[in-house]
Amino acid sequence: MAADRPPSDPGRPGRDAEEQALDARLRKLGEKIGALTPKPPPDDNAGAGGRGDPTNLARALRLSSEFIAGILLGGFIGWLLDYFLGWSPWGLIVFLLIGFAAGTMNAMRSAGLIRPQGK
Amino acid sequence: MATDPIHQFEIKNLVTLGEIGGVEIAFTNSAAFMLAAVVFTAGGLVLATAGRALVPGRVQSVAEITYEFVADMVRQSTGEEGMRKFFPFVFTLFSFILVLNMFGMIPGMFTVTSHIVITAVLALLVFFTVLVVGFYKNGFKFFRLFVPSGIPIVIMPLIVLIEVMSFLSRPISHSVRLFANMLAGHITLKVFAGFIVMLSSFGIAGWIGALLPLALTTSLIALEFLVAFLQAYVFAILTCIYLNDALHPGH
Repeated sequence: MAADRPPSDPGRPGRDAEEQALDARLRKLGEKIGALTPKPPPDDNAGAGGRGDPTNLARALRLSSEFIAGILLGGFIGWLLDYFLGWSPWGLIVFLLIGFAAGTMNAMRSAGLIRPQGK
Repeated sequence: MATDPIHQFEIKNLVTLGEIGGVEIAFTNSAAFMLAAVVFTAGGLVLATAGRALVPGRVQSVAEITYEFVADMVRQSTGEEGMRKFFPFVFTLFSFILVLNMFGMIPGMFTVTSHIVITAVLALLVFFTVLVVGFYKNGFKFFRLFVPSGIPIVIMPLIVLIEVMSFLSRPISHSVRLFANMLAGHITLKVFAGFIVMLSSFGIAGWIGALLPLALTTSLIALEFLVAFLQAYVFAILTCIYLNDALHPGH
């Protein structure tokens, strides 16, 4: 980032050092994020190639099944609570939303974008 | 009926054994194929390793490669401890599903894994194994699985709830993935094969036109063999990942 920038304005002393410190901090942050970002799990996208690759279909099925599983479970639990505890309609509303969140987490975990559970 | 894509998944009673609480208990074609898969796997492995040749023959090589393949998979995701405890479990699951999938690729045979009842039971088996082993080994520390580190205490209850839901939805995606892949693949195959039959009834022009779905069906069969193997592998590796959570939650 810093390498291709022209030398800073001589009229404003102190800026150079400030920028360098900022750059160093940015670089450190980048390293930290890089260390924390998990690698995608070894799964059915191994050796995935271009468009029309069959493993891409497998990947699509994997991510969508993870996502839908969360929503289905949330809806089911919400419905159960509504039916047996008479919370209607709050059980369905709340648990469908939580299920949606869980489904999103599942899909992102499966794609290796966030850390696995318990880490 | 010959071109009905759903017909191949029909469950047929072969022998009716009796009745429990108004529900008919029968030996179905599904059960027959599962039994065949178990006999094929067990018998095949026993026969293949019976020779105990130092330089393995062809059949023994297949058995050894399968063992090495699953052993590497288990060791990589669960470590030596998981290898000792769970290798038989994962190997059984993998070979069972693989053989069932491959049986399904033989024309005229039944695909057991295209029924969600079967895959759901297998996924629940894994799920409860994780729960039992997790609580037995770690006690209440198992709950650390639901508590991600570095989360502000204010939103902790919500996050934990979402994590629990995410954990509970595992068997659903675990089972749906295998079932959906097998079901969709076999239906696609049957639909395209049906086009050949339909087109070829239109005379010469139809025969030429039928070449297109024929080519597609041929390449789809290759793809289905890949999917059949891949899904057995994916099921096994997910099992390993989940079992690893039971051994080492929250680290």
